[in-house]
Amino acid sequence: MALSGMRGLSVFISDVRNCQNKEQERLRVDKELGNIRTRFKNEKGLSHYEKKKYVWKILYVHMLGYDVDFGHTETVSLISAPKYPEKQVGYIVTSCLLNENHDFLRIVINTVRNDIIGRNETFQCLALTMVGNIGGKEFSESLAPDVQKLLVSSSCRPLVRKKAALCLLRLYRKNPDVVNIDGWSDRMSQLLDERDLGVLTAVMSLFVALVSNNIEAYWNCLPKCVKILERLARNQDIPPEYTYYGIPSPWLQVKTMRALQYFPTIEDPNTRRALFEVLQRILMGTDVVKNVNKNNAAHAVLFEALALVMHLDAEKEMMSQCVALLGKFIAVREPNIRYLGLYCGNCLEENMTRMLLVSDVQDIIKRHQSQIITSLKDPDISIRRRALDLLYGMCDVTNAKDIVEELLQEVICDPHKLSTISLQYLNTAEFAMREELALKAAILAEKFAPDLSWYVDVILQLIDKAGDFVSDDIWYRVVQFVTNNEDLQPYAAAKAREYLEKPALHETMVKVSAYLLGEYSHLLAQRPGCSPKEIFTIISEKLPTVTTSTIAILLSTFAKILMHNHPSDPQLQEQIWSIFRKYESYIDVEIQQRSVEYFALSRKGTALMDVLAEMPKFPERQSALIKKTEDAEVDTAEQSAIRIRSLQQTSNALVVTDQRPANGSVPVSQLALVRMPSQNMEASSTHDQATSQDQINPQDREFSHQNGSVTAVVPQEVHPADLLGDLLGPLAIEGPPAPAVPAEHKDQNLLSTPEATPDAAGPLALATVDDQPNSVQPIANIAERFNALCLKDSGVLYEDSHIQIGIKAEWRSHHGRFVLFLGNKNTSPLVSVQAVILPPTHLKMELSLVPETIPPRAQVQCPLEVVNLRASRDLAVLDLSYKFGTAVVNVKLRIPAVLNKFLQPLSISAEEFFLQWKSLSGPPLKLQEVLRGVKPLPLSELANLFTSLRMAVIPGIDTNPNNLIICATFHSESTRAMLCLVSINLCSSDIRVETDPTDRTQLRITLGSGDPILTFELKECIKEHLVSIPMQAPTPGISPIQPQSPVTPAYNDPGAMLAGLL
Amino acid sequence: MIHFVILISRQGKVRLTKWYSPYQQKERATAIRELSSLILTRGPKLCNFVEWKGYKAVYRRYASLYFCMCVDQDDNELEILEIIHHFVEILDRYFGSVCELDLIFNFHKAYYILDEILIAGELQESSKKIVARLIAAQDTMVETAKAEAGSVSNMIAQTM
Repeated sequence: MALSGMRGLSVFISDVRNCQNKEQERLRVDKELGNIRTRFKNEKGLSHYEKKKYVWKILYVHMLGYDVDFGHTETVSLISAPKYPEKQVGYIVTSCLLNENHDFLRIVINTVRNDIIGRNETFQCLALTMVGNIGGKEFSESLAPDVQKLLVSSSCRPLVRKKAALCLLRLYRKNPDVVNIDGWSDRMSQLLDERDLGVLTAVMSLFVALVSNNIEAYWNCLPKCVKILERLARNQDIPPEYTYYGIPSPWLQVKTMRALQYFPTIEDPNTRRALFEVLQRILMGTDVVKNVNKNNAAHAVLFEALALVMHLDAEKEMMSQCVALLGKFIAVREPNIRYLGLYCGNCLEENMTRMLLVSDVQDIIKRHQSQIITSLKDPDISIRRRALDLLYGMCDVTNAKDIVEELLQEVICDPHKLSTISLQYLNTAEFAMREELALKAAILAEKFAPDLSWYVDVILQLIDKAGDFVSDDIWYRVVQFVTNNEDLQPYAAAKAREYLEKPALHETMVKVSAYLLGEYSHLLAQRPGCSPKEIFTIISEKLPTVTTSTIAILLSTFAKILMHNHPSDPQLQEQIWSIFRKYESYIDVEIQQRSVEYFALSRKGTALMDVLAEMPKFPERQSALIKKTEDAEVDTAEQSAIRIRSLQQTSNALVVTDQRPANGSVPVSQLALVRMPSQNMEASSTHDQATSQDQINPQDREFSHQNGSVTAVVPQEVHPADLLGDLLGPLAIEGPPAPAVPAEHKDQNLLSTPEATPDAAGPLALATVDDQPNSVQPIANIAERFNALCLKDSGVLYEDSHIQIGIKAEWRSHHGRFVLFLGNKNTSPLVSVQAVILPPTHLKMELSLVPETIPPRAQVQCPLEVVNLRASRDLAVLDLSYKFGTAVVNVKLRIPAVLNKFLQPLSISAEEFFLQWKSLSGPPLKLQEVLRGVKPLPLSELANLFTSLRMAVIPGIDTNPNNLIICATFHSESTRAMLCLVSINLCSSDIRVETDPTDRTQLRITLGSGDPILTFELKECIKEHLVSIPMQAPTPGISPIQPQSPVTPAYNDPGAMLAGLL
Repeated sequence: MIHFVILISRQGKVRLTKWYSPYQQKERATAIRELSSLILTRGPKLCNFVEWKGYKAVYRRYASLYFCMCVDQDDNELEILEIIHHFVEILDRYFGSVCELDLIFNFHKAYYILDEILIAGELQESSKKIVARLIAAQDTMVETAKAEAGSVSNMIAQTM
């Protein structure tokens, strides 16, 4: 054993080893470093030997984890030493201490180059090794040609050439331009003929990198690769020192098969046949053997062969062979093989999907389901993770129930028999695994739920038993799901009620139960134990044990119970009030505010009804949960192409409505106005027409992407994906209220807080003021905006360079309420602000006081109450004027208090429908018209349009799939009086839209209602939305008093208007 | 590719580290800390792979030492596992039944050997015989140089 005796180094190492504790070690290390520092300072007396020794000591200290901030110069300078021993130490320590970005490396580039091009073989080796390990871009640029020369040189020995190959690989990774494609494919092909297996192994690594970036250039190398495989696997034509436990260089085999996987197919039949013969040999000839190393090496080759076969669209027979093998691996005891089997199974699953061989393979994999589930219970977390991934991937409607229940068991019952008490000792990886299990169970349950109640059962069970692992996203999602599925609401509420009976309940369960009962307990009122009082009692019992965030939810629940408390139970009311009063002085401001507000609200009597009505449906969007797993997967950066492809597929399959465009500000000229991404706005209008809105506003969207955003009035970031979080989380009051806002407006602010609004858009509606669409052509856009607002309830009505007017509307029977958000975009105040409402005869409208001055960068909110007297399509106009500097601006804006806003979707049964339909006997109660020039829309979008118009599309009544049956009730004060004998406050209007399947530009509409005026007006209203007729005259423009008044109006462009609509 | 190689003892002491991808000092420390806690706590009959931050750590225990190589997700794990064993066999041959102490006091030797096995995070030489020959040649060169430079000053320095 030729150990160079460096006594000083050995002594230092044993000293460090003998240190009793970390502190002693530090002292010893500091002493040594101090010593080295002084020695280095006076370098003259330093021999090469000493330098070497100190440099090694520095490396040792560095390895122990101490920062060494000196000695780099001395280390690097050793590289220039003339003698081998010093040079060697210089190169090796440099490549350990420094990384490629270190400045010191620059000063040695020349020395390194001289060593590479010099005649001394050993120096070449040292230099190539260091550059190969830490060479960066600069090395790449200055050394690549020399390294290439060495690699192809016939005079160089293999030991230099193999280093040159890997060194070039490094340089190529740092800068792919250094390898010139044109010349290289031929050279590469020659290099693959190499007989020396050391060189060939290194060359193959280089080749994999090259071919992964450019397949086209290297087709000529494909047969060579197959030849190499034949040489190794079939002929075993290699020197004995290159066999590893009897296997011809497994590494080279693996690398070669890896390279082959980059070629999409193999065209040449001979090559193909030869390759499949080799692969077949590998598939058949690999057995599990006793010797671990032999086994590992053989299976390394086998798994690579499997991957290659899967890649190459092999014949079915071979495929089934592969799948059978995988089945064997999944069941095997040896953990490495099982791990890889599961991993491979997942790849196969994804691969098969690509090759449309799904059913066969899935069947086979499914046969192993129970074994995979066993692996889910394995003590090894690596294996459990793989099993989870595979189960997640293979889950479909047929096995969802089993798999989800297994996952559930897995989260709930602990395989390591850990009691809840020891949960805190779970290490982070275990914890993360549980969370992932819970998350995936929740996603699968939703995706493949055989029926909705099962979904609710599963999730509630999950929350109940494994609350610690259930992230907030999961329970937000249940709430969202239940809110959007009316049928489910009573069931979910009843379930929540059941859970509350349990003595010990996880806090998340308290949250979700309280929320569900607050919303839907009135649906259970008839059932025993579900009277408001009983619900209140059982929930309030939890109050003392929960944290602040839950208290907030409970308070909202109480407010909602109070609202449903009729016939009024004074005792219950008093109990709830006393709770509100108690929490008025709670330490948390959020809670205080809620209590105060709910208390004040509940004294308003009927106003409470409006404010605390049920939450409307949430816009359909990608489940936050799925997003979460995707993020996690991106996080784990699965690099293989298959992975990436499959990720893309999943995300395409889901409706993603909430990608956010970049929010970068752009410079704006005076005229190019401001807007935030409309995406935000759309996601924020919490109505069930999110998708249709997307279609409605393609132009808006376009703009938003181009313009980015500039700060509007009150910068308030509301991420759409967090919508639910915002709603459920602490009350997000809008930005700082304008100082000049009168007290009553502040009241309004409070009312429009998220919990309190029937329209869940609470904070977002406020945010919409910031999310103002901007108009490059503001006047044309006013029309578009108006049109868009006819179909949705929040958005921007108007904007110019000074002011932004956003509106948010809520509708309840024949009452409506707008909140106008007037935002001053300037840094100086807007004065003489005047707003007058000019209502049409059929609407009673009342605009609350608009303050005369809007302070700089502030917004004021002005509620506008609307009462509908009868059906009419006349429009209300807002006459707004303000002064900015010397300019007086006057605009007249249509208010979207349109006919369809007073509709309410109604779902009725077929019998009832036909009964009503028949009772409406022809004109004027029933009208029919054939519409031509209808914008061609797929049926689904047509249905969406009607949904946006607040009418219910009822499937199943008309058996012809091209017909739509739509139903709604219309609310007005007069019809209430008129139809008082039948029903109060509503008249039925049934519409039949029959479409001619061959021609989508025309359709026949038949509609009827109990009121001839309504029938007519409604027909015209629908027509406006279906046919490309511009709606009335263009909007009243801005009075030309304002000198910089933006752009000429683009009037009368029906195409543009329709585009805005549809 | 192999992003880094670390050798840690049962007690979590670092015996060798080699980084093929650029890591700052801090990142190196984090990686070592996190991987030690992941690997050292694993029981004996589990698989040799741990997922870590989007990478895979392939590790194997030899007596009191853990050899660990961190690779990309889609690398062939078993192949890497046998590179570890290949490295260990060469160490074993060089030191003659290698033990942790050999690697502690001759850590620089371990670096020389590793440099003959891996470059750029890829396997350079799969023949044990050739690696052994190259290392022996290096040793000879160092010895010769020492003999040549057997000046008085050097001899004094050595006794220090």
